[in-house]
Amino acid sequence: MPPWTKIADDMRGRFERLGSNVTSNVWRLGFASRFLFYMVLHSGTALRRFRLTVAEIYFAGVLSLVIILVSGLFVGMVLALQGYETLQRFGASESLGVLVALSLVRELGPVVAGLLFASRAGSAITAEIGLMKATEQLSAMEMMAVDPVARVVAPRFWGGVLSMPLLAALFSAMGIFGGYLVGVQLIGVDAGAFWSQMQAAVDLRNDILNGVIKSVVFGIAVTWIAVFEGYDAPPTAEGVSRATTRTVVTSSLAILALDFMLTALMFTGGKAG
Amino acid sequence: MNRSTIDLWVGVFVVAGAAALLFLALKVGNLASFSNSQTYQVYARFANIGGLKARAPIKSAGVVVGRVSDIRFDNDAYEAVVTMNLDASYAFPRDTTAKILTSGILGEQYVGLEAGGDGVMLKSGDRLRLTQSAVVLENLISQFLFNKASEGKEPAK
Amino acid sequence: MRDNITPVQQPPIVDIKDVWFGYDAARPVLRDINLSIPRGAVVGIMGQSGCGKTTLLRIIAAAYFPTRGAAHVLGRSTLELDRDGLYAMRRKMGMLFQFGALFTDLSVYENVAFPMREHAELAEDLLHDLVMLKLQAVGLRGAAHLMPTELSGGMGRRVALARSIALDPQLILYDEPFTGLDPISFGVIVRLIRELNDSLGATSIIVTHDVQEALGVVDYVYFMAEGRVIAQGTPDEIRASSEPFVNQFVNGHLDGPVPFQYPAPDYAADLELETS
Repeated sequence: MPPWTKIADDMRGRFERLGSNVTSNVWRLGFASRFLFYMVLHSGTALRRFRLTVAEIYFAGVLSLVIILVSGLFVGMVLALQGYETLQRFGASESLGVLVALSLVRELGPVVAGLLFASRAGSAITAEIGLMKATEQLSAMEMMAVDPVARVVAPRFWGGVLSMPLLAALFSAMGIFGGYLVGVQLIGVDAGAFWSQMQAAVDLRNDILNGVIKSVVFGIAVTWIAVFEGYDAPPTAEGVSRATTRTVVTSSLAILALDFMLTALMFTGGKAG
Repeated sequence: MNRSTIDLWVGVFVVAGAAALLFLALKVGNLASFSNSQTYQVYARFANIGGLKARAPIKSAGVVVGRVSDIRFDNDAYEAVVTMNLDASYAFPRDTTAKILTSGILGEQYVGLEAGGDGVMLKSGDRLRLTQSAVVLENLISQFLFNKASEGKEPAK
Repeated sequence: MRDNITPVQQPPIVDIKDVWFGYDAARPVLRDINLSIPRGAVVGIMGQSGCGKTTLLRIIAAAYFPTRGAAHVLGRSTLELDRDGLYAMRRKMGMLFQFGALFTDLSVYENVAFPMREHAELAEDLLHDLVMLKLQAVGLRGAAHLMPTELSGGMGRRVALARSIALDPQLILYDEPFTGLDPISFGVIVRLIRELNDSLGATSIIVTHDVQEALGVVDYVYFMAEGRVIAQGTPDEIRASSEPFVNQFVNGHLDGPVPFQYPAPDYAADLELETS
């Protein structure tokens, strides 16, 4: 008998923890939404003193350029290699350009660039804001009658949101270039077919614009999570480091989930025939 | 890192990003196509449109002259009604035939226009009278099998 | 140093009446606090760690609001203030945080210039002169181009002090300003607190537990324990106080109202010496 009660108690404890985890996360989501709303309302400073936002575009966007461009190049090259392997079995190797371009513009550009942005820029933003909170710099600002959300948080948010679409576009462009390098120069697919089939298949509105919309949505999600986790982090070393990890994990999951929803909306619904 | 260096790099970044977007739009996508040019609308009815989708190209002599804008089902005549936007710089006679063709063996389907000989040209809102539906693979196969079966019977006579 | 407090002609700059505060109702951090701080004085709030003195300072700074009673600061109750009123009041106050809380991404010059840039539209050369003035007052004019990470603890504290007086506040709050300083920096800060207070015509409130040094600079002391004010008076009165807690605190006795041993079960039983 005693072993059973112990197991039952253990199970009960697990369910209780799960339940409280879920409720506390839901509460946190509500808090984060109110925070986003407040920050957007108080974005006047970030826009009027655009210098602040420009500095944040530098830290989030420019400093991410290396990883974005290099990763884009490699992803494009791998796509071309793998794609050629499969396409030439069906005699469709001239569609390589289409494969590379559509994969990048519709999915890989926004998603992979978003994931890289979350780990590089998102974690940096969280750590920065969290450390400012831990060293009482945010409180000091409050005491000097300067709203830290308007002065510190909002410029970082808009800097991230503005950087993300540009980074995704650069990723896709580099990827297509990488695909061209491998497909045309290395493997020997006909350059004319590569570009012309790509142009015929990739649509400005349906593919490129949707990709841009995705990258904007991802940018908002990642930067929102990053600034919120930083602002809400417990003001200790351990708290900040946990918050940084949470930013990367939550942003990545959010990107993938949003990607699914957006893809379902954009690329499948509404096509007749 | 002083202010002017930051400004410089952000400027470079924004220009590079915009250039990438432009590259994607022009070189990769079909911005060069007539998304901005004038078009006029004509209709055609088909018994079977096969795999034709909206935004499929409309070609004549192999050149893209328009796009399918809408496909509807007429519940009274049990036919498909296809709405087509043709580039205004191309005029077609009233007796032009519209056929649903496939590009390549496994390619996507498009509408092929073969010009007739009528002197009067199509106007916006006109209907193409002569149409040929898509080839449905199943019908083709069953036809082939039926022919094979009848051939097989004849030598016995 | 003043020998006696002049009779109050104007209303006190800070007036705390019957204030209670707690994060939750069951455990109040502050109980029934009454104190008033006259203009121009340097007042100390002292006590053990955790007695509530920093919380009281935050209530004066209107970062927290009393759950009961009212805190009147600079003539207005903090409970009545909306955001704009709050920020207007804070512009007349300066606060020095425990470890300085300098903005690590800005230079010393930019740190001191920060409040001026945010709240006043000043021409750059005027701003420059004002910043240099403040830095000169704390003796760090030559360090204007350094970054906070390049400063020693004492220097950083002084820069933070210069920043807190940037807008010539009427009320300056100090949260444990002497923590972790070497004796020389300690003496510098102590002197600066008094000099700045008198030259600005401001009022200063110091929260600290560095008793001996603080008693040497303040005009009046409030002693707190467990969320209450248990003693108050001039430094001489406090030194001579017979109140057991104050006595233990001022003289640093090992045992008294605050016992040496944290409450624990019986020692012999803990060591399991009694076996049966």
